[in-house]
Formats: sequence, structure tokens, C-alpha cells
Amino acid sequence: MRGFIIKEFYHIFRDIRSMVVLFGMPVIQVLLFGFALSTEVKNAPVAIIDYSNDQVTRAITTKLLSSGFFILSDQVPGEGHIEEVFRHGKVKEVIVFESDFAAKLEKDRQAGIQIIADASDPNTANLVVSYTSAIIGDYQQEYLKGMSLPVTVRTESQMMYNPALKSVFMFVPGVITILLMLITAMMTSISIARENELGTMEILLVSPMRPIQIIAGKVLPYVLLAFTNALIILLLSYFVLGMPVKGSLLLLLAESLLFIVMALSLGIFISTVSNSQQMAMMLSMFALMLPTILLSGFIFPIENMPVPLQIFSNIMPPRWFIIIVKSIMIKGLGFQYIWKETLIIAGMALFFIALSIKKFRIRLE
Amino acid sequence: MVRLRNLFKPVTNYQSPVTNYQQTRKLRIILYILQKEFRQIFRNKAMLPIIFVIPVVQLLVLAFAVTFEIKNINLVIVDQDHSVASRQLVSKFAAPPFYHIKAYSDSYTEAEEQLKTGKAHQILIIPIQFEQDLQKESKASVQLITNAIDGSAAAIMNAYGNSIIMDYNQDILVDLSGGVDIKPPIDIRYSYWFNPELDYKTYMVPGILVLLVTIIGMFLSSMNVVREKEMGTIEQINVSPVKKYQFVIGKLLPFWFIALFELGFGLTLARIVFDIPILGSLWLIFGVASVYLLATLGIGLLISTLVNTQQQAMFLAWFFAVVFIMMSGLFTPVDSMPEWAQDINIINPIAYFIRIIRMVMLKGSQFQDILKPFIAIAIYAVCSLTLAVWRYRKVAS
Repeated sequence: MRGFIIKEFYHIFRDIRSMVVLFGMPVIQVLLFGFALSTEVKNAPVAIIDYSNDQVTRAITTKLLSSGFFILSDQVPGEGHIEEVFRHGKVKEVIVFESDFAAKLEKDRQAGIQIIADASDPNTANLVVSYTSAIIGDYQQEYLKGMSLPVTVRTESQMMYNPALKSVFMFVPGVITILLMLITAMMTSISIARENELGTMEILLVSPMRPIQIIAGKVLPYVLLAFTNALIILLLSYFVLGMPVKGSLLLLLAESLLFIVMALSLGIFISTVSNSQQMAMMLSMFALMLPTILLSGFIFPIENMPVPLQIFSNIMPPRWFIIIVKSIMIKGLGFQYIWKETLIIAGMALFFIALSIKKFRIRLE
Repeated sequence: MVRLRNLFKPVTNYQSPVTNYQQTRKLRIILYILQKEFRQIFRNKAMLPIIFVIPVVQLLVLAFAVTFEIKNINLVIVDQDHSVASRQLVSKFAAPPFYHIKAYSDSYTEAEEQLKTGKAHQILIIPIQFEQDLQKESKASVQLITNAIDGSAAAIMNAYGNSIIMDYNQDILVDLSGGVDIKPPIDIRYSYWFNPELDYKTYMVPGILVLLVTIIGMFLSSMNVVREKEMGTIEQINVSPVKKYQFVIGKLLPFWFIALFELGFGLTLARIVFDIPILGSLWLIFGVASVYLLATLGIGLLISTLVNTQQQAMFLAWFFAVVFIMMSGLFTPVDSMPEWAQDINIINPIAYFIRIIRMVMLKGSQFQDILKPFIAIAIYAVCSLTLAVWRYRKVAS
């Protein structure tokens, strides 16, 4: 058994290229995604058609452009050419002030602004429009100050856990989860499929070792590898990306270990159902990658999905781990809040282990 | 095959028969390799569903998952006032369909517990003396607490909450002024072009299509040559008179066809199942796609020349695929990324193609609108293929 584990270690560590990939990749990805992924809208190019060009419209324009959300595009579409501008790509929003804006506002107490958004990207369109109307609303408030409203309810908004609304808080737990899940499942599934394909599995099978020992020996080095990866990723997100660890670090590490074991058993399971490395890889990449990214609440909140998909997302292990990571790191909660999620992941691990021991072929076809 | 061979039989007599014969032979070699590759792909019954079924299923299922639209806000109300005014405010929150009042509670701690366990997204706190303050001092305040781990969702939820409270304000004003509706002086009208319903699927399906086609192209081609290396069968091709370019063409064309076929199938599904408009020209999409696929296949082939085992090939392909996909603007807008990250996208073929396909399908952009990204893709294709052919050695390592 010991000799077998040592063999596996040799297998992994003698291949420098794989080592670089295994450790370098997560580092680059965490840094890249941690800094780059964001759904905030900043500096959205906006085109303004100002038919009146008076002090009010100029004041509103200045207010919009000084907010940091918008930059003025140099493209000023003429009448009827708005679609052309959108088709060309860059401009997200066109704001049209009607003519004699200030005069109408003074005389009729009613003047119109039209906001046209390029909604081919619905989320950006939504955000851009709501920012614009909030800023115009602000201006209106100032404008009305002279004749202040008699009664008002003021709202104090508080953003819990993430007052600065940083995207990092949303994305880093997801990135950690995805990397652990995909790397671990992939590594194991490939390594077993490789022995199958090269025929060396035969040698292991005729040895006096039992299937469970073979699997355990195969998996142990990868547990260590993946755990080291998890440590590196956590260190980076704490020191470089500024993620807090409000809860217990020990608990976080223990949960990570559990999740790794789960991903490994999934990898073993994949390898037992595939007949080549190529297939193992396509299964763990293709079948796993997109669902892991999309159905885990990493980018898209699960509660916005249609109900059948919400139900389906329950069988996605990353979904539960992301909740755990967020609870411990950002909310600072203890074990009593996440025992359910922990239990689910443990259950999945047991399920995959049992399944793969059952499916593990001791005979050759 | 027989018929194909007849096709290349010398039929003209004003060309020297020798050159003609040679040309025919060259073509025939490529055809033989193609035949071998197609056979290898289609006889592997286990891989076929992975190549053809999984992408379709993923397109059909995942398109529904990708939405930022907020349909569900679970609200806990802490009403410490229990007055007519506070109840009126609460009833305002009960009206819109996306607000679900999860619980009423008297203590903030209890409400915060709901936020912690993730059962609630938002807490509304109406303090004691809310009504009194409103009547006596003409102003009162309420507190709206939002779970902001997902920052952009929190911003939208906060805006919803605020607008409902503003509505409440308006109601009071109307009451006071004796039923006259006071309109805000600036009248803002919105229009959302190209996607008036703000439907997410319209935006995401073209992107997911690109993704699936890319994964097929990049992974299969990167694994393919390495597999021959690992199995040792590459030696047989090395010692054969097959030329480098013939081998490369023979290896890449099958995946090029398969990927284009899947793109066509996916577009049909997008049109029929998701009712997604294709405003621009289909020819333009396929034209760009065929060049784009050359670029991805080239990357895949380049990867396969750099490594010795399928495992390494896969890791490298995976690394590039994940980085390219996440940075491509498929899920999060490119414009939100920091400057340096947008610079990285200069070398990201997926970003170019996603931009193009969205512009052409959703906005009906013409060739001149997409000229720049298209040229980038073309340069990409030429570079990656040249590099791959140059790196590929017909000797054993």
C-alpha cells in the first residue's frame, strides 16, 4: 500500500509540466478572475443629443458625467441615426433632451428626457438606465428644493456584509469552489483512465491489492495536492484580493478538505464510467464545467432561475460549498449555520465512493 | 470514396499528365486521412453523445439558468410602530409580485438571523414613533437593510425598495393635496432597444453557442494528435510520405465540419426553441465562424505539439479555455473589467467572436461594423495555424 502511494507521487511529481500547470493555473486564475470579474457598470459610453443646450440640460449632463458611471462618447448621432450608433457597438445609452428644456420646465413645470438603452445586454441596460434616472432624480430634488415637499419618509439604506458592493465578495468564493471542483475531479478521473488506457491497470488488478486499496492509493496524493492548492488559493484571496475570513479558519479548511474528498470521489466515478482519457476528460470538462459555473450560484443567483432548474441545482455540489465559503468568510458564521450544507456534501462524497467501488471493474473486457 | 476518387481523375488533357497526377495524389492523401479521422470519430460510440448530445442539452438547459433578472426578493419586516401609517407602508411592499414578505418580526436580531441563514434578502425596519414623527415633524425615516454579498443584485434590490418608499411618499402627498396627482417636473421616458423585454436568454444563447463550438474545436483537436503520440501510432504517420500540411489539414478538417454543423444546429434551436431573432445575415455568422474555428483549432493543435500526454494537453486546453471564457464577456460585461484585463482580451479569440455574434444576431450589424474584431480573428487564425504547423515535427521526440 505504501509503495503504491509512493508510486503515485512519483507519477505526479516527475512530470514538471503537469506540476507547473497544476499549481500555476489556479494562482493565475484566482488573481485574474478576482480582479477582472465584475458586474458593476463603470465608464459606460453614453451619447447625448441635446436639442436645447441650456443651463439645465448642461447641468444634468455634467452631473451624469461626473458620477463615474458614464463617459461621453464622441459619437453624436443625428436624428434617426441612433440605431446605427448602437449597431457599431460601443455606446450603451443615448439620452435625448427635448428642445427648450429649461423654458418648458420653468413655464409648464414639465419637460421631457428620453433614455434609449442598447438592451441587447439586458443587465447593463437595466443598470445604466436606473443609474441615469437616479441621477436625474437627484437633480430634480435639488431643483425642487425651493418649494420643499411637505411630508417625507427618508430611507436609510444599509448594505450588510459588503457595504462597498465589491464584486470580489461575490466572485472569489465561486472561483475557489470551481477551481477545487474541476481540478480535483479532472486530475483523478484522468489518472485512473490513463492506467486503464495504457493497460497498466491490469498490473494493479492482478496484484493482491483490493479495489478499495487501489482507489485509496490513487486518491491520497491528489488529496494532498488539491489541499495545497486550496491553501494557496485562500492565502491569495486573503492577502491579495482582500477577502475577509470572519469565521473560523480551521472550520474553513476542514470544509475544504471535505469538499476535495467529494470532488475526488466524483472523479473516480467518472473514470469508472469512461473507457478512455479523452472521454474522462470530456465528461469532467464538458459535462461538469458549464453546470458548475452556471448552476451553482457563482455568477447567477439560483433563486432567479426557473423552478425546475432550482430543483436541479440541488444536486450540484458546488452550490452547497459556495454557501459554506460565503458563510464562513464573509458572514463569519459558525458550524451551527452550515451543518446542513456540510452534511449534504458528505452524503454526496459517500454516494460517489460507494458507486465507484461498485462499478470499479476488476476484470478486463 | 470511389466516387470522390473519380472526381479527381485527370479529365483535362491540356495539362501535363505528370503534374496533374501529382496534384490528384496530394488531394487523395488528404482525403484518405480525412476518411480515417472521420471513421475514428464515428466508431467511438461512447464519445459520440458527448460530442453531439451534451452541447445541445447544455444549450437547452443552461440558457434558462443565466439571468440576472431579480424575480424574488424575500423581505422580513420589523414593524416596531404598529400604526396605521406603518401598516400602509407594509401593504405597499406586499403589492409587487417580486416582493415576498417572508416574516414579520418585532426584534431586529430575529430578522438578522434570517439574513444570516440566507432565507431573507432584505429587512425593512419601521421604528417606533414612525407615525408620530410623520405627523408632527413631517418627516420620518425607515431602514432598509440588504444582504450585499452579491453587490449588483443588492444595488437593484435596494433601488426597488427605495422606489416603493418613494411611491408611499407620493401617496401621502396626493392625500394632503386633496387628491391632485403631483407629477414630477422632469418626465423620463425609457426605451430598451433590440430587447424590449430585457430577456436574458436573447443575450446569452448566442454566447453559449460560441462557447460550445469552441470547446468542441479546441479540446478535441488538442487531444487528438497527442493521443496518437501516446499510443505510438504517430510514428507510422511520421515514417509515411504524408506531408506536414496534409496531416494537419486531415486532422483539423473533421472537427471544423463538426463544429460548424453544431453551430448550424444550435442556431436552428435558438431560432425555434428560444425564438431568438437573427437580424443580421446568416452568411456573415457562418463566414466569421469558419475563420474563427480555424483559430481555435490552431490553438488546439499548437497545444498538442507542445505536450507529450493527453493529460498535459487537457490541462493546458482547460486553462486557456477557462481563462478565455471567463474573460470573454459572456457572463460579466467586458466594459466592467479593469483596463489591464480588457487589454488581455486582445489575445482572446472567444471575446471577439462573442462580440460579433451578439452584434450580428441581436442588432443586425453589418460587415463594416464588425470589421475590426473580424480582422483580429483572421490574424489569430493565420498565426496559430502557422505556429502549429511550424512546431509540429515529423520526428519522434
